[in-house]
Amino acid sequence: MTTATRPTLAGLWADAPPVPRRGRRRWLQREDVAGYVFLTPWLLGIFGVTLLPVLYSLVLSFTDYNIITGELAWVGLDNYERLFTDDPRYWTAVRVTVVFVAVSVPLKLALAMAMAVLLDRERHGGSWLRALVYLPSLLGVSVALAIAWRAMFSQDGAVNQVLGLLGVQGRSWATEADTALLTLILLAVWQFGGPMVIYLAGMRQIPAHYAEAARVDGAGRWRIFRSVTLPQLSPIILLTLVMETIAAFQGFTAAFVFGNGGGLDDATLTYTLYLYLRGFAGLEMGYASAMAWVFLVAVGALTALIFWSSRFWVHYAGGSR
Amino acid sequence: MTAPAHPRRPGGRLSAAVLVAVKALLLLILLYPLLWILGTSLKSPTEVSTGLSLWPDDLTWSNYVTGWTGVSGADFGRFFLNSTVVALGSLLGNVVSCLLAAFAFTRLRFPLRRMWFVAVIATLLLPQHVLMVPQYLLFRELGWLNTPLPLIIPKLLATDSFFVFLIVQFLRALPEHFDESARIDGAGPYQLFRHVVLPLSRPALIATAILSFIWTWNDFFPQLVYLPLVEDSTVPSGLHQYAIAGGLTALGPMFAMCVLSLLPVLVFFVTFQRLLTSGLAPSPVRAGLPGTRQARTRDHPRTG
Repeated sequence: MTTATRPTLAGLWADAPPVPRRGRRRWLQREDVAGYVFLTPWLLGIFGVTLLPVLYSLVLSFTDYNIITGELAWVGLDNYERLFTDDPRYWTAVRVTVVFVAVSVPLKLALAMAMAVLLDRERHGGSWLRALVYLPSLLGVSVALAIAWRAMFSQDGAVNQVLGLLGVQGRSWATEADTALLTLILLAVWQFGGPMVIYLAGMRQIPAHYAEAARVDGAGRWRIFRSVTLPQLSPIILLTLVMETIAAFQGFTAAFVFGNGGGLDDATLTYTLYLYLRGFAGLEMGYASAMAWVFLVAVGALTALIFWSSRFWVHYAGGSR
Repeated sequence: MTAPAHPRRPGGRLSAAVLVAVKALLLLILLYPLLWILGTSLKSPTEVSTGLSLWPDDLTWSNYVTGWTGVSGADFGRFFLNSTVVALGSLLGNVVSCLLAAFAFTRLRFPLRRMWFVAVIATLLLPQHVLMVPQYLLFRELGWLNTPLPLIIPKLLATDSFFVFLIVQFLRALPEHFDESARIDGAGPYQLFRHVVLPLSRPALIATAILSFIWTWNDFFPQLVYLPLVEDSTVPSGLHQYAIAGGLTALGPMFAMCVLSLLPVLVFFVTFQRLLTSGLAPSPVRAGLPGTRQARTRDHPRTG
């Protein structure tokens, strides 16, 4: 059927020029040579814009580099030592980031799963409902939403207006030291539609007779979810867990908009915001590079840990791939 | 056939009503911030400070006029133009370069192919902020600061591994008998690319284009770092500077500009809603682009 609808294909081959005879062009036609021809932009990118810069930043992290004066001095492990022993703000940033990731990611994924279960059984009108739930994940990462979120959770914002109707005393959620991070977390969790559509797509791939068989065996809804849906989805859960964790560690936009300097008492000073402040506002490129490398190792180790843990909870059906 | 298999429980109708109510409430909470932004952007200044209702009594468009003037001589027209250049440049770069790489990875055999593909996956997991400092120094050395080049050129070099991966997944699911017949007919790698893979990969390229545009449009950190001057600002940094310059005290115009900044994403959302919510957006892994699942079941009877 497919070939029939594309009769032009055969014609194209007939029209295609014969394999060139001259040596250089024949050499270019070789599959391995062509492979590298097609890969050239990517190779330039991986080396020029990714690998070498990463290595360069490792070198920089052992130096004191001021880009204004151009002075570059080798300082050995000095930056790392200062980072770990002599910079309380750094540890504040670590704490803020860990809390942000540890609270927002599980909440976001749990909500995504709950909503996916709720919407999976939707037959009619399900697609626009799904789209509306998905929408915040497209918009929530923007500066516009960060600005609006901050205003919404301010002293005279919409949240306090609603709370006032309920008789609850409001406060400046977005700026007060003990609630600012919570507000930031809520903004992240609000975007749960992203992983939700992935779960929904995954649920549609589970053969219906699995649940049917379980039902025949007398399993209830919860039991089916726990023993059929969840194991079947576990590879997808692993994927979203890894991607969301890495993304959450890099949360910058909202933290930057909430309080450029990290907010009151550095309550929303995320790791990448602090990196920006030291590197690009403070022009301490060496110090910022050391921060970047600790970040890389920490996030890499955590990612590896998640992948390692997956052997205990991820269920691969039929041993495919 | 399936309906009588599990009879309705006695409370079925009631619990269905509760479920609908719960869904409606959830949806209201979820969309409340967006409605609030839109409503506030259409309120008169006095109504912003006094009115408790979500929606304005009468629509005021003056906020959009006031807000458009922007900050320190640069209006939002400027910011939109800058953002458009960056977003379209990135889109074009991603579509072209990622397709070339994905074609090599899926259709050609060459030494070290597997190793390079592992590098794609590794960079997929690499936190991009790690690269900011050294890339900044590199682009500074090249004299590219205060130009859109640092935001566009890397995309031309397929550095957005996500899209390489997305297109690879798509091409892997494409039936290979096209390739085989093409090869038998004597087509070389370039003809294979030009006449078989390029026309067939349209859905993957469309997905790449949409996501690339939306993500670049929303992106902030690199744009802030490479285009710090007011007149070069993209929409996100323009908005941020507008907010700092006192926008937060005049919510109406501020929110009007927030609404405008979200508009392009909303247009893409409405137009490609089905594609975006099919699960492909943040991960194509199992989601299946339109066409792939069809192609798979038709030509490869393997399941899962």
